[in-house]
Amino acid sequence: MQALRRALRSLLAFFIDDGSLAGLVLGWLALLWIGIAQLELSRRWSALLLFLGLAAILGASALRRSRAR
Amino acid sequence: MSAATLHSLGPMLAAFLASLVEFVEALTVVLAVGAARGWRDALAGSAAALLLLLLLILALGPALSHIPLRAVQRVVGTLLLLFGLRWLRKAMLRSAGVLALHDENAAYAAQLQSWGQAQPAPGRHDTLALLASFKITLLEGLEVVFIVVAVAAGGPHLWIPASLGALAALLLVAALGVLLHRPLAHVPENTLKFGVGVLLTSFGSFWVGEGIGVHWPGDDWSLLGLVAGYLLVALLGVGLCRRAHASRAALPAR
Repeated sequence: MQALRRALRSLLAFFIDDGSLAGLVLGWLALLWIGIAQLELSRRWSALLLFLGLAAILGASALRRSRAR
Repeated sequence: MSAATLHSLGPMLAAFLASLVEFVEALTVVLAVGAARGWRDALAGSAAALLLLLLLILALGPALSHIPLRAVQRVVGTLLLLFGLRWLRKAMLRSAGVLALHDENAAYAAQLQSWGQAQPAPGRHDTLALLASFKITLLEGLEVVFIVVAVAAGGPHLWIPASLGALAALLLVAALGVLLHRPLAHVPENTLKFGVGVLLTSFGSFWVGEGIGVHWPGDDWSLLGLVAGYLLVALLGVGLCRRAHASRAALPAR
């Protein structure tokens, strides 16, 4: 059980080292997916929105880490 | 350059560069284990891990082709995006001086010291050395397998270019390791990670976008726009992070 937990933690660490960055990315993707599928958000604008959102999340995450002691 | 060439060259380059970084890290440990405890078991451990990874690729490839492409792009694209953003964020913080740069020479010296302390009995198999080489090759190799799977998420025709990119990186690092017998400290690791982070984030965004129904203007050509966009954001981010870190460091401790 312990070994399985350790393996899962290592697997998770492949993708996530900052939980808030990962959470925001997943949230943004989910919002866009819902927007496109349910609210008929313009598919052309959705490409720009996807990039701008992800770029802003990346910049904010790096900046927040730089301000931390 | 046609869109089809871009479609094949992009994954090949991304897989090559990302795998290069991973294999350089694995080589440092394998060299230290080999130099301290003997080459036979160090190389046997790495070879066993490579064999296991090859079997994993052979099993994963056909299995993925049975899943609808959109679903693969959604799941693998999301994972690749998280993976790429993790690399890019870390490379930005290292470039800005917030995090220390990774030093292969220092890592090699530390590994060599820890492995050189207890010598195995001569003529016997050194299980510790074998396991250490196996573990590091498997761990770094798993990341390579994921990268190959992820950058090839656009379709089965991308498996070969992505695999060739990773294989070329493996052969290059192995050849340099045999020739030099020391860690590849001159490889500009953070610059590579920065570039690879930009590439993986771009591919991740592209695949996950396709998976959730985004329309990319210019189809595959928008990958170049994503690469340029993320590169610009990351470079601007480095400047902002450097300034934020310097002003934070200048504040008196509470």
